Formats: sequence, C-alpha cells, structure tokens
Amino acid sequence: MTRGDMKNTDHPAVEKLRTGISSLDVIAKGGLPKNRTTLISGTAGSGKTVFAIQFLAAGIEQGEPGVFVTFEESAADIRKNMRSFGWDLAAWEAEGKLTFVDASPDPHIDTVEAGGFDLGALIARVDNAVKKVKAQRVSVDSLGAVFSQFSDQAMVRGELFRIASALKSMGVTAVLTAERTDDHGPVARFGVEEFIADNVMILRNALEDETRRRTIEILKFRGCDHQKGEFPFTIIPRGGVIVIPLSAMQLSMKSSNVRISSGNKDLDEMCGGGFFRDSVTLVSGATGTGKTLTVTQFLQGGAANGEKCLLLAFEESRDQLVRNATGWGFDFEKMESDGLLRVVCDYPDLSGLEDWLVTIQQIITDFNPQRVALDSLSALENVGTLKAFREFVIGLTSFIKHREITGMFTATTGSLMGGDSITESNISTLTDSIILLRYVEMFGEMKRGLTVLKMRGSGHDKAIREFTIGKGGMQMGRPFRNVTGIIGGAPMHVAPGDVERIWTQYDKEIERRRPEPRPTS
Amino acid sequence: MEGRLSKYLLTLYVTGTSPRTKIAIENLNRICKQELEGRYELEIVDVLENPQRAEDEKILATPTLIKQLPPPLRRVIGDLSDQEKVLLGLEVRPGSSKPSATI
Repeated sequence: MTRGDMKNTDHPAVEKLRTGISSLDVIAKGGLPKNRTTLISGTAGSGKTVFAIQFLAAGIEQGEPGVFVTFEESAADIRKNMRSFGWDLAAWEAEGKLTFVDASPDPHIDTVEAGGFDLGALIARVDNAVKKVKAQRVSVDSLGAVFSQFSDQAMVRGELFRIASALKSMGVTAVLTAERTDDHGPVARFGVEEFIADNVMILRNALEDETRRRTIEILKFRGCDHQKGEFPFTIIPRGGVIVIPLSAMQLSMKSSNVRISSGNKDLDEMCGGGFFRDSVTLVSGATGTGKTLTVTQFLQGGAANGEKCLLLAFEESRDQLVRNATGWGFDFEKMESDGLLRVVCDYPDLSGLEDWLVTIQQIITDFNPQRVALDSLSALENVGTLKAFREFVIGLTSFIKHREITGMFTATTGSLMGGDSITESNISTLTDSIILLRYVEMFGEMKRGLTVLKMRGSGHDKAIREFTIGKGGMQMGRPFRNVTGIIGGAPMHVAPGDVERIWTQYDKEIERRRPEPRPTS
Repeated sequence: MEGRLSKYLLTLYVTGTSPRTKIAIENLNRICKQELEGRYELEIVDVLENPQRAEDEKILATPTLIKQLPPPLRRVIGDLSDQEKVLLGLEVRPGSSKPSATI
C-alpha cells in the first residue's frame, strides 16, 4: 500500500511515515508504520545506533522533531560520534528540534535495590521530552542495555512493554534497538524484544568469505506491506545508512532508441549503427586482447561528440591509461582539460562492494556524465561474495540506465584462448550487449578476433572479425572464415577450398573485400 | 560524634500516588524516625508533576531515594521494604541515633 492510494480504500490501513531515508522507504514501501514501534535488532557493530540517530536526523531535516533515549552510550559520546555523519546534534538541540533522554548508566553513582520498583520516572522523562520538542519520532537505544542496569529481569520485561505502549499513546513513531548475539539466531538476546514492538527489522553484518556484508531485512510489519528478503546496505560518512533496493531499481528502467557511436566506425557498423544510448555493453576478453582499447575508443567517441565521459579504472594507474591512450593516438589529457573526461583510479580492495556502489553513484551524480566505462569488473569480483558482486552490477547497471547513461564494462577471461569468466557468466544477462575479444592462433601467430555476441533490440554482424591494433585504435579486418572453434577456445583451421567457395558469393554482396595476403604456409 | 550528628538531606522520587509510592513513603518515614530522628530533611518529588527534576537527576526507576548529604551521593531504588538494604545504601549504622537501643 502506498500513501497515494490511501484515500481510495474503505478500510483505513496503517499509515506510513516517510522516514526520509529514501532507500529505506523503498523497501518499506512508503516508510515505517506511523505511530507504531519498530524494533531494529542486530549484532554488535551492525549499525543500530547509526540507524536510530539517522531516523531522527532524517525526520528533523523534514521538520519532524525527535527524542533520543539512550541506555548505552552517553549523550556526549553520541554527539561526538555522529558528527562524522554530518549530523550536528548539538545544533538541533539548541534549536529545540532534538532532545536527549540520557539513561546511560553513571559509573560514579552506587545504587542499591531495596524492594520493588518500576521505570515510571523514565516514562515520565520520555513523555516530558516528547512534549518539550513536540517530537514526532523517538529512538530508544538499546533495550538490552536496560536489562543490564537492573537485577530484576522480570520487572524490566514488564516495564519495556509499558514503555512501548506509553510511546504509542504519546502519538510518536518509535524505533527501538536491540542486540542479538548471532546474525542468524534468535531475533534478540532477551527473547522478549520482538514482542514489545509492532514491527521488526534486522540488521546483519555477516562475515562471508572474509568480507563483511551488511544487509537489512524487514521481518514483520504488522498490518502493512513491505519488500521481503535481505537488502544490502552500507554506512558511509556524511550519509549514514544507505540501503540498496535492488528490486526497485530494476523496475524503473527506460529504454532508448537513440544510437551513439562506440568510437570506432567499424564496430558501430557491426553493432547495427552503434550502441543504444541507455545500454550497457560488456566487453569480455583475455588480457591484452584490446579491452582497454575498446574502452578508450568508447570514451574518445563520447568526447568527440561533446559528451562527458567517466572512466572508473581498477586495473591501471592514471598515468598508464594516459600513456596507452597516447599510443593509440587519443589525448586523454586534453579531454580532461576540456572537462569531457574524468578518470577515477583506485584499488578495488579499498572498500566493500556496497561502498563502491555508493561511491560510484556519488561520482556519477556529481560529474553527470553521458558515458561511463568501468575497467574492469573482474578486478572487483574478488572484493566481495559472488552475491554481493551480482548486486553491485545490478545496482550500477540500473543506476546508469536510469540516468540514460551509456555504460561499458570490461571482464577479463581467465584463459588466453576462449573460455569465459566468472564475471561474464554472472552478469551477461544483465547487460544489453556483449562484445567478445578473443585470441586466435593461426599458423604460429596470435591474431585478435572480435565478435558482437549479443545486441539487445538490434540486428548485428554475426561474424568473428580479425582486427589489428595500431595508431588510431582498432582496424577491423575480414572475418575468420576458415577457422572454427574460436569462441570455444580451440580454433581449427579448415581447408579453404569448400568454405571459400561458399563465402565468395556472399562476400561480393555484403563485404567490402580488401586485398589481403593469404597466410603463407 | 561529628558524623553521627551530621544532617541527612534526602529526596524521594515517586510516580503519582500509586500503592508503591505509598509503601515507599511509609517505609521511609518509619526508617527515618527510627534511625535519623531529628537530623534529616526529606523532600518528596512526584516525577509526573515534575519530570524535569527526574531528567536532571537522571532517574529511571521509581521510587528512587537519593541521599545528597552527607557525601558521598547514594541512591536506593525500590519501595524501601528491605530496611537493611536501605540503611546500607544510606550508609547509616542501625541504631546509631539511639546508642542504647536494643538490637
């Protein structure tokens, strides 16, 4: 249920509060249920406190004051820790948009328990704070820490229920955090937390193949709809929690019929007139087959047309790239000084894939290019798990398509001859076009072959063409007519006789034959 | 002798007029009468009427008894039905106000 069609329903459904954390609102289908309590459970370091603060920060930024109840860290610590996310809590407090209820334990005060008690004072304080700033949002961090402050666990349980119902009667939307000991174990440590709140969300920070992978899952939303399953998220400075809602991204893709140049006239012809403007092309080949050249041509073609191009290079340094380009006769430095090219070089292992996705999205948003090339995807393949890698590619592909940017990714195949790569087999369905670059061994010589394997929505040349690399880039030659098994990685020379006779007729019609010396035997 | 005669400054934080509040006040009055007769000052704060006081003192539980004087600051939470613990918390030796009291 979205907010839009609320009016048309007979039964009043649970209203949702747009949190302002845009990506969260997507998976929560509009936001958190309004005037209800939502439990955020996660292991240590899963981002609960950041989430709890961000929930308030996003509210304050859209004019909804908030109250932060802390049982764990002191208010002073939280103010300090949250500064790196760009949230100036002290300023908001001064403006009356935020107030703390500091219930963190004070180690300097000795407390003796002498008889039955309740947490009436805490509830009175929260109520007071909510009234003081006219809060619409409350975050409580964390429920588990309440247990550790008192010896009477049964009392704490009862009181937590009372707090939850008090929050509801205050008319606020609340987020309560809770610890869990295991990413895939019970919802929360004390076994009651999930019953206290109406809704439950789980933050995970699982270790898979030596890399950390953060995910968020909405486990239950009482009485309203949400997206199911785990969604990757990342926590970045000056942004906090950013959820990557994969399914939502795929839905919003457009499709364009405008053709643009690949930067190589022959390649354009093979692709039936060029790439589509919002398409993503995968260039796959072994090392040295000409992937970086294909990318360089693609960027040159964009710049020559006055389009802004972004190159994300994970394999070679900027200097190497510039030198390569110069060797082929392309002037990257001029393109850069003209403001038509930005080269971003970095080590792929520097951060996780979720972070890369967010970083790249930010660069694209800042630079606003018409073309984006990534060389190579394979370098990112080992940064995270296969699943994370796939999500990265889906995320990036849909992001650039959504902005009608033309994309080109490269993938390195493992073996020199033929074969495919993990990258290729995992993402080939996500890309619109695939160009294969292959070595072809012929009579003791390595030749290079190129074929357009797939071109979504367009006819294309099916031949495997030989090409040479020189000044000016790729020189496309004639197809390998008398060789079979190139793509399979086992090229076999076929006696020219029969093959040649069949093709000669065909050639006359559609091929510009250029005199080429037969390989001498 | 100095310590024995020093003044006790006590504040009891309660929530409204709940049964627990009544029990706590009764217990405290009894204990004070027995042990601190004539040398204590007691203030009772209802957190529902005065939540800011609870905020300033960072009180979570009610009832909470705070001993401000003599130092050190001490807190006792609960309805004060466990007299031994209350005295322990307040650092009052039982019977100290009546040296000849029967123990």
